[in-house]
Amino acid sequence: AACLPAEPETGKKKLSSHGRRRAAKRRLIKGSGPAGRRPLGGGGGGGGGGGGPEPTGEGERAKAKKIQPKGNHVELSSDGEVEEGSWEMEEDGSSEEMVDDYGASSSEEEELLPIEKAALKQKSDREGLSEDDSEEEEEEEEEEAEEASKQKMGQKEEEGPDLQLNLDIDEQFKLPTSEEIEKEDILFISEPPDLHVIHQRIQGNMEVLQDFVAKREEGRSRQEYLALLRRDMAAYYSYSDFLLTKLMDIFPLPELINFLEANEVPRPVTIRTNTLKTRRRDLAQALINRGVNLDPLGKWSKTGLVIYDSTVPIGATPEYLAGHYMLQGASSLLPVMALAPQENERILDMCCAPGGKTSYIAQLMRNTGMILANDSSAERLRSVVGNLHRLGVTNAVVSNCDGRQFPKVVGGFDRVLLDAPCSGTGVISKDPAVKTNKDESDILRCAHLQKELILSAIDSVNAASETGGYIVYCTCSIMVEENEWVVDYALKKRNVRLVATGLDFGKEGFTRFKDRRFHPSLKSTRRFYPHTHNMDGFFIAKLKKFSNAIPQARKDEEPAAEAAAPSAVPNTVMEPPPKKKKLEGSKADKEQKLPQPALKKKRSLQAQRRPLKA
Amino acid sequence: SEKLLKLAASVPRESLVAPGTCFGKFTKSQKFRLSVTALDFLAPYAKYKVWVKPGSEQSFLYGNHVLKSGLGRITESTAQYQGVVVYSMADVPLGFGVAAKSTQECRKVDPLAIVVFHQADVGEYVRNEDTLT
Repeated sequence: AACLPAEPETGKKKLSSHGRRRAAKRRLIKGSGPAGRRPLGGGGGGGGGGGGPEPTGEGERAKAKKIQPKGNHVELSSDGEVEEGSWEMEEDGSSEEMVDDYGASSSEEEELLPIEKAALKQKSDREGLSEDDSEEEEEEEEEEAEEASKQKMGQKEEEGPDLQLNLDIDEQFKLPTSEEIEKEDILFISEPPDLHVIHQRIQGNMEVLQDFVAKREEGRSRQEYLALLRRDMAAYYSYSDFLLTKLMDIFPLPELINFLEANEVPRPVTIRTNTLKTRRRDLAQALINRGVNLDPLGKWSKTGLVIYDSTVPIGATPEYLAGHYMLQGASSLLPVMALAPQENERILDMCCAPGGKTSYIAQLMRNTGMILANDSSAERLRSVVGNLHRLGVTNAVVSNCDGRQFPKVVGGFDRVLLDAPCSGTGVISKDPAVKTNKDESDILRCAHLQKELILSAIDSVNAASETGGYIVYCTCSIMVEENEWVVDYALKKRNVRLVATGLDFGKEGFTRFKDRRFHPSLKSTRRFYPHTHNMDGFFIAKLKKFSNAIPQARKDEEPAAEAAAPSAVPNTVMEPPPKKKKLEGSKADKEQKLPQPALKKKRSLQAQRRPLKA
Repeated sequence: SEKLLKLAASVPRESLVAPGTCFGKFTKSQKFRLSVTALDFLAPYAKYKVWVKPGSEQSFLYGNHVLKSGLGRITESTAQYQGVVVYSMADVPLGFGVAAKSTQECRKVDPLAIVVFHQADVGEYVRNEDTLT
């Protein structure tokens, strides 16, 4: 084996192989700038290699070889690499390997060369000729070189034109013309689009849109960029154009990408401990013994557990069958926490299937009081019955009425939970079909149903109850039409006001959206998103009813909450008996439309424009 | 409870699905068959209990009878054909059944003999969700 040169100064002091190599490196750096890079790796490696197996015997022979490092640098490096191979096996000092691998690999990546050179130059200038043999320095050197390289990239120095390559690509984002887009459409029929290209285009487009003034192309409007972005995202994430437009209105662009990405991935499985039968600690222990990897859900929940992975099916463990826990999404725990049912209350759950929230209510009430669990779908009620029995809930009556019949059937509840049927745009990760099968009419139909339901729910509550008088309205959707609009409608139509939900996290609801203005108290509602909270998209609003009367006539568009005092007086005169509330309510609506054409004109305005109340 | 019944009475008959907890059903010949939904109420009052080993928990939950090999513990002086509540070793009630052999006989029989006839188990919540009532 060709031993590569050892240090000429070996006569003076017998340095370790390590020291020899470093000295060799230093000399080379000092001696020659760029050219020194290659032999550095080779020479350093060679020196070490030479030093290792044959300490002094070959020293002089090696010396001769070392005399002309520059000339033979190719050989040296190749030899160096060979030596490295053998030498890695001999020595176990990881730092030495790092130095030489570093050298060897850098020869392949030309981009790093200038940086490394400069970094080493910097380092040698800084540290001079310190004889520090420690391994840390080797690592530090590498790190510093990397850091320096990063700094250099950030500062955009003109060292290498290669460095600026990445930046240039972004700046050249060209908006394809409409002809090109049509061409793509035609191509789309014959072959599937290249997702990678589309993804790149999305990212480029986003960058342009975020810094539009600087990065736009002359003559192309923002609308064109947005249109292209919409097409690309629809293609990449498989959304309908309608839904994507809606989402773009709700979210700012970077958040939109996060939202779409979050919808591709399922949320973690969460369970809720049934405190009627067990404690969270005991349940966690039992499940861990079965081989389940779990964690408490968070500070905000005392009964939730999140399952990371498990060897047994979570829905079939003996603990599940014994009713110790219920599989439930994390966001479903929130409306019940907001509702805060107390013991010995009468509670109505209007859309209860499959019974997760109902059973949570029951466990919070400790099986006292009464719950009426209603759902309009008979097949889904079977699962409600099963779950309630399994979890040991004894205070529930299950019924199968349409929610809108409610106060007529039974009224006078203390609290009502309305988990309204919705378009499901918050749970896209559970049901990807929602991406394409929802359109304007679906959303409006849902909104209409929700408005009717919320009015029924409000009417079913007895405002005069000592402990209650609360309604919690929640949906698993993020559309403003189904959430804030419905709550705002309720505020106008009934004597209710919004109160704080008691949930200290979550995004506040919108008080204005596009051309609509909502009541400012809508700030107390809460929105949850999959990408920010890692739970299903949800909306929760808590309303308090302060009067059993139904507002009959609306002189102006002030919300009932603000007109509490004056409206209560005239309304008591016309107050219908509780049982007939609903009928009167609908009659009253008709009444107020006919004799008040002026009011009707105001109401017929599409936008619910209202001056923002301070 | 009675209050619950009064609430249930206000719901129209077609719409009422389940007032309270269902214990069991009456059969055509006027017998009353207990279903697993009654387990929570029975378990605290059970005088005769049978504990099942972890290995044959699953088997019982699938609806099989309990064999001698799966028997963990059994309360003393259980008569033959006595109603028993079946527990897992962690004292979780799994269901109920009928003792096929008295405690004395249980000690003598071979491992594959049935010791508890299965009548109802919590596995039914998953298996027979629809027919639970």
